[in-house]
Amino acid sequence: MPRDSEPSTKLLDVPAALREAALAALVAFGLFVLMIGIRTEQGPTGALVLSTRFGLLAVMVAAVFVGRFLRALTWRRTNAALERILPDFVTAIASGVAPYAAAAFLVFALLVPVLFYSNRYLLDLAILIVTYTMLGFGLNIVVGLAGLLDLGYVAFYAVGAYSYALIAQDFGLSFWICLPLAGVLAAFAGLLLGFPVLRLRGDYLAIVTLGFGEIIRLILLNWQDLTGGPNGISGVPRPSFFGLPFTAADHGFAATFGLEYSPTHRIVFLYYLILALALTTNWVTLRLRRLPIGRAWEALREDEIACRALGINTTTTKLTAFAMGAMFGGFAGAFFATRQGFISPESFTFSESAFVLAIVVLGGMGSQLGVATAATVMLGAFELFREFEQYRMLVFGAAMVVVMIYRPRGLVSRRTPSILLGQRAAAADPHVEAPQ
Amino acid sequence: MNKPVILNVEHVTMRFGGLVAVSDLSFLARQGEITALIGPNGAGKTTMFNCITGFYKPTVGRLKLRHPDGARYLLERMPEFRIARQARVARTFQNVRLFAGMTLLENLLVAQHNTLMLASGFTLLGLFGSPHYARAEAGGIGKARYWLDRIGLAERADDVAGALPYGAQRRLEIARAMCIDPVLLCLDEPAAGLNNRESAALNELLLAIRHEHGTSILLIEHDMGVVMEISDHIIVLDYGLKIADGTPVEVRNDQKVIAAYLGVADDEVGQAGAEVGL
Repeated sequence: MPRDSEPSTKLLDVPAALREAALAALVAFGLFVLMIGIRTEQGPTGALVLSTRFGLLAVMVAAVFVGRFLRALTWRRTNAALERILPDFVTAIASGVAPYAAAAFLVFALLVPVLFYSNRYLLDLAILIVTYTMLGFGLNIVVGLAGLLDLGYVAFYAVGAYSYALIAQDFGLSFWICLPLAGVLAAFAGLLLGFPVLRLRGDYLAIVTLGFGEIIRLILLNWQDLTGGPNGISGVPRPSFFGLPFTAADHGFAATFGLEYSPTHRIVFLYYLILALALTTNWVTLRLRRLPIGRAWEALREDEIACRALGINTTTTKLTAFAMGAMFGGFAGAFFATRQGFISPESFTFSESAFVLAIVVLGGMGSQLGVATAATVMLGAFELFREFEQYRMLVFGAAMVVVMIYRPRGLVSRRTPSILLGQRAAAADPHVEAPQ
Repeated sequence: MNKPVILNVEHVTMRFGGLVAVSDLSFLARQGEITALIGPNGAGKTTMFNCITGFYKPTVGRLKLRHPDGARYLLERMPEFRIARQARVARTFQNVRLFAGMTLLENLLVAQHNTLMLASGFTLLGLFGSPHYARAEAGGIGKARYWLDRIGLAERADDVAGALPYGAQRRLEIARAMCIDPVLLCLDEPAAGLNNRESAALNELLLAIRHEHGTSILLIEHDMGVVMEISDHIIVLDYGLKIADGTPVEVRNDQKVIAAYLGVADDEVGQAGAEVGL
C-alpha cells in the first residue's frame, strides 16, 4: 500500500507512482490475458474457433495503468487525511442522527402509502423492503444477538409460507388463525434444527444450517403429494380486512366503507400488515434484549464457557434463540405466501438466506436500526440499478466491499447497552478508555 | 480444624488418553476457609478445578459438596451449569473470561440469570412488563451495584468490560462469580498479572468475601505472597499427585515441596527421590 512508504515527503512522486502503476498493469495483464484476450467461439461448421481480442486487452490494461497511476499520485496525499476524516465524519453523523433516525424512519414508513398511493411500483418495492427488514429482524436474533451463524434461515421462511398456504387451503382457516400457526410451525422447525447443531460453533454451525436450508428446499421440491413439488401451490387465499375481501363484490372492503373499488386498497393493506408484523418483531426483540433471556443470548455470543460457569443452560438458551428467530421468519413466510398467492421452492433458495444475512451483517450485527437501513439501502439500490442489469451485481459487490472497508462492523456498529446504571451523566468519567 | 467439610474430593483421577493429569487425589476443603491448590506448571491444578466445576468429568473418583444447610451434591454427576446453579460453586478462569462487549453492569446481571429468569416468568411476564419482574430486576441491579462498589468500579458500570485494565477485569470476574451467591468460590490464579498493590487489594477482597459472606474459597495461585498470607490450608500437587497437605507453615517447611519447587542438585537426586517417595 502506498501509505506505508513515507506518506507526505514529496507531493508528486512520479517515479514511485509509475512503478506502482506498472505493477498493477502487470497484474491486470495476468488476470485479463486469458479472460479477455483469448476467446473461443462456435464457428459456422460447429467447431470452436479461437479468436483474439488483444485490442480490448490493451485498453483494459491501459485503463488499469492510468487509473492506478492517478490514484497513486493523488491518493498519497489525500489518503491519510481522508481516512482520518471520513470515518469520523460518518460516525459523527451516525451518532448525531441516531436518536432521531429511528423515529424519522418510522414516520416515513407509516406515510409511505399516503405519499406514493398512486405509484404501485413503489408500494410493491416498499412491501418487499419491509418483508426483508422483518426477515432481517428475525435473523438478527440468531446471528446478531446469540452469535449463531445461520446460513439456512430461508428454511423457516419456507416453512412459514408453506404452512400458511397448506393450512389456509386445506382447512379454510382465515389469515389471522393461520399466521400464528405458521409462526409456531416455523418455531418447531427452528427447534428441530437447533437440537443437532447445539454442540457446533462458528463455521461448522454455518455449514450444517446451510445443509438444513437445502434439505427443506429439497423436501418441498420432492414431496409432490403435499407441496406440489416444483409446480408449487397456487391460489393461496388472499388476506381479507377482518373478513372483508378486497374485491369489487357487494360485501367487499370498498363497498362496505363506501369507497370506489381499487386494487390499491389491498396493496396498502398488505403494506400496513407487514409493517405491523415488522414493528411487532422489532418491539419484541427490543424487549427481549432487556430481559434475562436477551442478555443470556448476548453473553452466549461473547463467551459460551463463561455462561456455563455462571449456571446458564446454554442448550435451552440456544434453542430459544433458534426458535424465536425461526418464528419471525415463519410470520414473514406466511405474509409472503398471502401476498404472492403462489409459492414454489424456487422462492426459497440459498441466495435468499445469503441476502438476509448480508442485510444483518451490513446493517451491524445486533442493531435493529442498522437492519432496517441495510434492507432499504440494498433493495433500493438493487432497484435503482435495475437498468444496468448485468452490472448491478458488480455494483452491489463493490458497495459491500466499500462498506466493509469503512465500517467493518456494519452501518450501525455501536451497541446500545441493554441497561444503564446512569451514573455517567452525574459524574462524567475522565478516564474512559476506548474499547479494545 | 474442626470446621465442617464443604468439599470432599475422594480419589479423583483424570486421564486424557495416556496422560494422567490428576492421579488418585483426595483432599478436603472446609467451610469458611481459604484452601489453596499449588504446584508447578502442569501439576494438574486447573484440571482438578475443571473436574470440580463440571467442565471435565473425572475418570475415577467422587466429589462431594455439602452446603452449610446440609444439602448434599455429587458434583461428578452434574453438568457444569447445574453445578453453578444448584450446587452454587462459582469459578473464575485463568485467562479472564468476561463478556467483553457488554457493560460491567450487564456482566453482573448475566450472572444472576437464573434468579431473574424465574422472576421474568421465563420471559413471558417480563415481556409484558410485570411489576414483579421490575422489582426483581431492581434487586438484581442493587446486588450488582453492591459488588461494583466493593471492587471499586461503580463509576465505570456502563463501560464495556473489555475496556477495563487487566487488574480491574480480574476483580470484575470475581464479582461476577459472587453474583451467583456461591457457597464455594473457585479462583484460578486470580493474582496472575497483578502488580503488588493490586495483589494486596485482592487479598483484602478475598478475606472480606470469606468474612462477610461466609463463602469458602478454593484457590489456585502461583503468587506465594498471596497464598501464604491468606490461605488456611494448602494442598501441593506435582505431576498430578498430592505431595503435601497442611497449613502454610507446614507446607513451607516440607522437603518434598521444596524439592518440587526448587529442584535438587544432581548428586542429591537419589536422596530427594527417596524423600518424595519414588
